[in-house]
Amino acid sequence: MGVLFVDGNQAVAMGAIYAGCTFFAAYPITPASTLLEAMLKALPARGGIVLQGEDEIASIGYCLGASMAGMKTMTATSGPGVSLYSENVSFAIAGEIPIVIVNVMRQGPSTGSATRGADGDIQFMRWGCSGGLPLIVLAPTDVRDCFTLTVHAFNLAERFRCPVFLASNKEIGMTYETLDMDTVEKPPLIDRASHTSGSFLPFQVDTGQDVPAFLAIGGPTLVRQTSSTHGPDGYITADPSLIQVGVERLQRKIEAKVSSFTYYDLQEMKDARILLVAYGITARAARAAAEVLFRDRGTPSSLLVLKTLWPVPERVLLTAAEKVDRVLVLEMNLGQYVYEVRRVLAAKRVDFYGKMSGQLITPAEIVREVLRG
Amino acid sequence: MASLLNPHRPPVFCPGCSHDRSVRGLDRALQEMGLKADEVVIVSDIGCSGLFDTFFQTHAFHGLHGRALTYAAGIKLSRPDLKVIVTMGDGGLGIGGAHLLAACRRNLDLTLLVLNNFNFGMTGGQFSCTTPEQSSVASGFLNALERPMDLCTVAASAGAPFVTRASVYQKDLSRLIVEAVSFDGFSVVDLWSICPARYLKRNPISPKDIERAMAKLPVFHGPVATNARNEYGRNYRQKSGRQTVDPDWKGVDKLYEPPVKERRELVLLGSAGERVITAGHLLAGAAVLAGMRVTQKNDYNITVMRGPSVTELIISPGPITYTGVEQPDVVIGLSQEGVNRGRDLFERMTSWGRVFSTMGVEIPATSAQILEVDLKAARIKKKERALAMLSILARTGDPLTGQMLTRALEQTFHGKRLTEALDVLQRAATLPGFQEKP
Repeated sequence: MGVLFVDGNQAVAMGAIYAGCTFFAAYPITPASTLLEAMLKALPARGGIVLQGEDEIASIGYCLGASMAGMKTMTATSGPGVSLYSENVSFAIAGEIPIVIVNVMRQGPSTGSATRGADGDIQFMRWGCSGGLPLIVLAPTDVRDCFTLTVHAFNLAERFRCPVFLASNKEIGMTYETLDMDTVEKPPLIDRASHTSGSFLPFQVDTGQDVPAFLAIGGPTLVRQTSSTHGPDGYITADPSLIQVGVERLQRKIEAKVSSFTYYDLQEMKDARILLVAYGITARAARAAAEVLFRDRGTPSSLLVLKTLWPVPERVLLTAAEKVDRVLVLEMNLGQYVYEVRRVLAAKRVDFYGKMSGQLITPAEIVREVLRG
Repeated sequence: MASLLNPHRPPVFCPGCSHDRSVRGLDRALQEMGLKADEVVIVSDIGCSGLFDTFFQTHAFHGLHGRALTYAAGIKLSRPDLKVIVTMGDGGLGIGGAHLLAACRRNLDLTLLVLNNFNFGMTGGQFSCTTPEQSSVASGFLNALERPMDLCTVAASAGAPFVTRASVYQKDLSRLIVEAVSFDGFSVVDLWSICPARYLKRNPISPKDIERAMAKLPVFHGPVATNARNEYGRNYRQKSGRQTVDPDWKGVDKLYEPPVKERRELVLLGSAGERVITAGHLLAGAAVLAGMRVTQKNDYNITVMRGPSVTELIISPGPITYTGVEQPDVVIGLSQEGVNRGRDLFERMTSWGRVFSTMGVEIPATSAQILEVDLKAARIKKKERALAMLSILARTGDPLTGQMLTRALEQTFHGKRLTEALDVLQRAATLPGFQEKP
């Protein structure tokens, strides 16, 4: 297989097809609309379904219905659409409905700038829906990641029965790059665990398990799905102990397993006194800056590129920062993920550099911040 | 057939609530149709209509307020064999109005039962989109200011092929529901009901009053002839079955040795309509043919046919980290607004750098060599400018050759579009280029 020249959104579509996505619905929005375009070209011809929803609420709603009917589903939007997804995202958490949500971020707040990149939704994706229970957010840095992390996103949605965000950015989603598929990591596929024997309750977990076995709506065993606070039987409940056990399980099933899906690149340099922490498109400027710092200034710096953002991979952060005196967090916003880094590395000096002008953070700016000391 | 009512959860509506009739009417209809529990999905909305899924022993999906039609569509498209029935109140109808219109236009085989009791029962009896102006409800004078909406007229004008208006007190209720559920397409039933807990207290109406009020409105009784058409799901499967897999995501193999092996940064500064991004693709395509790695980062305004259009390319034998262009080796300036957008680039260029500019475009101070090209002399039109400049760039052999550009064109365009593009190359060949390097 030769070399492709695709944008990040097309690479996400390729990852989705590879992962077995059978249902995609979205409302057009720049800079996510080329993903709708790519899925429309790719999926129906392969027997899947693509819908252009009347709005973002409908688009994610179609996916949730389809997911409960057993389909692997994905939707895609940008910040304004994520706002409209909010209520259905908390439904997907509560109802344990697998779905992959691609957020190709653009400059906000509000309508902002449709054709300018940003990473302004990093806290919003985690905390932007009612109830405050966790979900998973993965952040690609390039087209290779767009493919591989999309496959991971489907696998995680299936494995934990939860919504998984792919935190892309206009600068990744609409930037074209060469992609050699022969060298791209293609993770093995995971399907949601099916209930196999015995009586079935839609939200019952087996002993030692935190994720209920799945049966699709429409099979011989009757299935209930509900957005109401429910017990294992899927009926609304007011029993405080059942409620508490239920929400604690929803939290634990994801947070306790984060080490099994912490994706990151750690580039350690001998004698480095500083650790750069970055994600998304900014990670690439950070990589370039680390090269310049060493080559031109003789300043070694280590670099941690986080590809799992939520739940926060605390152990990786702690280990990566062990040997340095200073941590510099780089973000295309006014400072969001830095709060998590400061929380985890409370004893360290954690600095922040960010920009939110629709322009990329440049390697030169990072070099300057590092040398500022 | 047996009743599909849930023996463990009998209907518990307020005493005298007409929703009880709707539950039993629906159950009788499902029995008459001989449907089995696992053939039916009840998708319920929020409010009292949201209790329906618990009263039936079928597949059940209870979701967010106003969004029931969206979940139902997802289920039905995934499992066309299931009977999917949506229960919704006049509250869900109002908040989910966009979904109603979409469902009517789409004509997927779903049945929507709107339990229309003219107010929000659960939240305290506020007015809904169907509350009459003269009613007394918990929203003070507000409902007197808004006209109620006639669901049936709206649904029919939005394209619903089956619309029925009925009172829950009608003796033939279950037969009407059978007609709706059996209909091959989207069916809407506007079920006029009475809410004893809220609405009835301040608005003493009887089943007779409902009949009289209904008689004043247009009659809707089943199929709407002007909206008759094929069902969406079947249409979808027919049309999607005829699609060809495109793109096939098969890559390109290396055809040429790269004319230069060093990293190059190139920027095209132009305007919408000059095919700047396409030219960037062609340049990238040529570099890929020489086994190089490429990134192409684009910058343009959201206005489609207006405003600057900028494309930045990095061509490199090794991995590319930062995707922004810092010190361009080549800048092609096609229009003044494009050049203005990228004006910071010029002072960063070295004397090795080359600028190709359209005649008349003012280039900011730069150490780079400038070639001003009179594109009009070769009758190059606006949409051909970027490609013409690429062909002049190709004459330098850095970072692409004419052969690579032609091959990239042949890969990208076909038929008339290719002929036109090759003609641009021919015309551009008559224009002067940079002096050959000594």
